[in-house]
Amino acid sequence: MGIFSPGFVGRRRDANPLLPPGQYEVTNFPVLSAGPTPTIAKDDWAFSVRDAGGTLKAWNWETLMGNPVDDFTVDLHCVTRWSQFGMGWRGVSLDHLLEGVDTTPEFAMASCYGGYTTNVRTSDLLGGKAWIAFQFDGSDLAPEHGGPARLLIPHLYLWKSAKWVNSITLMSHHELGFWEQYGYHDIGDPWKEERYS
Amino acid sequence: MTRGKRNAIPEWQAARLVAAHDETATARTLVFDVPGWPGHLAGQHVDIRVTAPDGYSASREYSIASGEVDAAPSGLAESGVNVEFSVEELDDGEVSPYLVRGLEIGDHLEIRGPVGGYFVWKVSQTEPVQLIAGGSGIVPLMSMLRTHAAAGHPAPMRLLYSVRGPQFAFYTEELRRLVDSSSGSLTVDYAFTREAPTGADRSIGRVMRDELAMLTLPVASSPTTYLCGPNSFVEGISGWLVEFGHPAARILTERFGGA
Repeated sequence: MGIFSPGFVGRRRDANPLLPPGQYEVTNFPVLSAGPTPTIAKDDWAFSVRDAGGTLKAWNWETLMGNPVDDFTVDLHCVTRWSQFGMGWRGVSLDHLLEGVDTTPEFAMASCYGGYTTNVRTSDLLGGKAWIAFQFDGSDLAPEHGGPARLLIPHLYLWKSAKWVNSITLMSHHELGFWEQYGYHDIGDPWKEERYS
Repeated sequence: MTRGKRNAIPEWQAARLVAAHDETATARTLVFDVPGWPGHLAGQHVDIRVTAPDGYSASREYSIASGEVDAAPSGLAESGVNVEFSVEELDDGEVSPYLVRGLEIGDHLEIRGPVGGYFVWKVSQTEPVQLIAGGSGIVPLMSMLRTHAAAGHPAPMRLLYSVRGPQFAFYTEELRRLVDSSSGSLTVDYAFTREAPTGADRSIGRVMRDELAMLTLPVASSPTTYLCGPNSFVEGISGWLVEFGHPAARILTERFGGA
């Protein structure tokens, strides 16, 4: 049964082929966070890749900057239905950070300053699809947007791009992150409209 | 094996507008009957989808204003379970102008939810509660206030409501009644940012640090704080609350708008 609203016309910007289903375009980069913004100085910042056995690799700000840096332009899609196009970022590809790490474990959990977590498939972190991003639009990443550095996985809904990321743990078992436990989708592909489980 | 419990989000359900009134000059309160409503907790939100006769559709998120309810009885065309929203019309909005000015009593749309299980207040909580609203951020907090009142809950609940002026405030009469009938467990403070009523003892303007400390529950009472509003408002207030010594994990935020 179709549920129609006779008086509704809408703006019909959905014709834009860059817009995934159910999304609308914004240009103001909205902020969504479940709690206060943590304050993390670059000097205190640390990031590590772990597995069940412990820390495999770790970086501070200086050693992170020793990696090859990418400038890249991407579209971001938030599960709350906004999308923003052509956003310019600078960051280090996870491909570099995961070099020499056994990435056969199928699952990964990103953990953050402030306690946020989100689960992804390890394959979503590899192949030039994910970064530790530290600049947006030519400036240091603002704390509200995850600064000093955040995970950025543009091909998934933005809650997977954990702000204030502090570690990524590779796991052979499946585990749910913060929003995933509240019913948000395991994978979160905007083109398949994987919002909820 | 999956670790962690998952709460599934229900599919789209038909909802029929059964009552509506203007909340302010730019906002409207809408009451829907949702026959298959699975129930919700105070503070949750939904996706609302409207579809034009030619099939074009658009969806947006809206917070629920009505208090916690259990699931609707199954198999009834009219559930008797009403779910209420208050929608502010956005200047450049696509869905909100239709909800505020177009949708008529008896019309249908679709609702998916409830969504979000973190920004919620449950009757089982016993600690003092501080609610802080900026503008239409009052809506999910109103769900908490109504749930608190319906339960006759003894835990102190305090609301600080920052809004442009009295005529922009939602739920004014009802909030007054809730305070009067709360036996002292509910306190409401307004902070008018642009226009104040004649004879007001507070000058207009945004809530600043010292005033926030005076108008919110002290750290010593270990409150949980629910803070909802425009991002700049939430960012400023939550930063001060952390400076006062409130644990960050006890400050729950919902934000709208850009940085």
